Amino acid sequence: MSQRTITGPGRAAAAPVPSRRPLASLYAGNVRAVVGRGLRATWSSNWAIMASGFVEPVLYLVAMGIGLGSLIGTVQGPGGEQIGYASYIAPALLAVSAMNGAVYDSTWNVFFKLNFARLYEGMLNTSLGPLDVALGEILLALLRGALYATGFTAVMGVMGLITTPWALLMIPAAVLIAFGFASFGMGITSYMKTFQQMDWITFLMLPMFLFSATFYPLSVYPEPIQRLIQALPLWHGVELLRQLNAGVFNAATAIHVLYYVVMILLGLLLTTGRLRKLFLS
Amino acid sequence: MISARNLTKKFGDVAAVDGISFEVRAGESFGLLGPNGAGKSTTMRMIGGVSRRSSGELAIMGLDPDRYGPEVRAHLGVVPQQDNLDEELRVRDNLIVYGRYFGLPHSYLRPKADELLEFAQLTDKAKSKIDALSGGMKRRLTIARSLINEPRMLLLDEPTTGLDPQARHILWDRLFRLKESGVTLILTTHYMDEAEQLCDRLIVVDKGRIMAEGSPAALIREHSTREVLELRFGSERNASVAAELAGIGERQETLPDRVLIYADDGEAALEQVSARGLRPLTTLVRRSSLEDVFLRLTGRSLID
Repeated sequence: MSQRTITGPGRAAAAPVPSRRPLASLYAGNVRAVVGRGLRATWSSNWAIMASGFVEPVLYLVAMGIGLGSLIGTVQGPGGEQIGYASYIAPALLAVSAMNGAVYDSTWNVFFKLNFARLYEGMLNTSLGPLDVALGEILLALLRGALYATGFTAVMGVMGLITTPWALLMIPAAVLIAFGFASFGMGITSYMKTFQQMDWITFLMLPMFLFSATFYPLSVYPEPIQRLIQALPLWHGVELLRQLNAGVFNAATAIHVLYYVVMILLGLLLTTGRLRKLFLS
Repeated sequence: MISARNLTKKFGDVAAVDGISFEVRAGESFGLLGPNGAGKSTTMRMIGGVSRRSSGELAIMGLDPDRYGPEVRAHLGVVPQQDNLDEELRVRDNLIVYGRYFGLPHSYLRPKADELLEFAQLTDKAKSKIDALSGGMKRRLTIARSLINEPRMLLLDEPTTGLDPQARHILWDRLFRLKESGVTLILTTHYMDEAEQLCDRLIVVDKGRIMAEGSPAALIREHSTREVLELRFGSERNASVAAELAGIGERQETLPDRVLIYADDGEAALEQVSARGLRPLTTLVRRSSLEDVFLRLTGRSLID
């Protein structure tokens, strides 16, 4: 048995000094520690899951773009010009993968940590605030999203689907899309208590993936359905990336970006409020 | 270190903590003793700044934990009732990453983590996964983790519940060393032996209210006799025999499984019982404990 005694109050011996920062009870300005924890955990345990998230959209691109594309030929691109079918769906698939990665990270992953691993409870017993935790987890989802987006864009380049340097802007745009979904996903997950409820998220995501002008233009739908799809976030992501990949910009580009900025702000508000209610009430 | 006045926490209409007041001085070891559901954990959560009080006043090291949660928590170590170690990280990384949550630099954390592993007798487990540890080891790691920021005050919620006797004794030894080094300990427990071992002073809580306050010895002196005679007549007879015991000792309690006779001299009380021709199945004379204090104050035992 060790006979060594532990160092008594040292570092913390001085009385605590109240902070004058705004949001002091919610935010300690230490998002870095949460991100650092996530990277360390990913490193040591679940990098295989990480890799699978990259492969999936590439498989879709090969199957649909090259396979189905050989039957379809060319379609009308965002600038009105004719483009190959693979070039048409590739940016859409990138938007979908940004969405899926962010949703997985901010729902299933967070659901588990919230209800089973009690990880956040431990974090909030330290000087971290709920906003540090929320931002840190979201940032991790974004790092992963950025990694996937870069990989997928590289694959597009190799397949000859990139024709303009503007297409590189798809990477930050994909991160913006991921941010929107991640900030909302975490807040929504905080309401979920059972696996059945979590399945509802998957149930909502699939039709959004299939029908948000991913594989064919919106014009095939009757007017009211078009309006519905335009209200959903994925359509804005698909259109934004499609425009960037073609190097075509107009007023709609700004609207798509703005849609995500608003989504991010509302999502952060929701998530921080929920974490506060769950852990600091 | 802590000043609580009329501290109250309501969940809906139910008051989990119902207007309690107490003070804790620096370096003191202070206990909250009571059965499950007495409001101990809720009180701990309010002290730790992770639960907002409904009313009353609370100052931790001079600060209101509701307003300055991160600052207050920076000087606290928290050992929750259920271990919440990070299962995705290895043993030593659990300490380092937790220290990062306090914003502490790696240059400080590396030697500190090794020091704490030694303190928790886990040096040879530094690279193990969490699920490879025994219950006692996890508990020691949780305590080591709570010390990473060299807190002035350590909050321990049921620190040894669920551990075997040997693991408990190791843990008590570690906690005693911390106390000696000047850390203020606040602990909840429903084990009276734990309270007697570790607490300089304690409050007995039941249904969100303070029933008594004082050192373990003073509480026993005040609310119980020096000794207790325990008699077992078999579960059917305990209640019926109780009437025949009237007048022996200062006070009696009839429990489903035994009859307790409170007397300053237990052996003398036993002789009186024998003199009345009563033949209990087993007898035991012991010193009064906090369990007896609790029974006296609430009419119920600590562990239901």
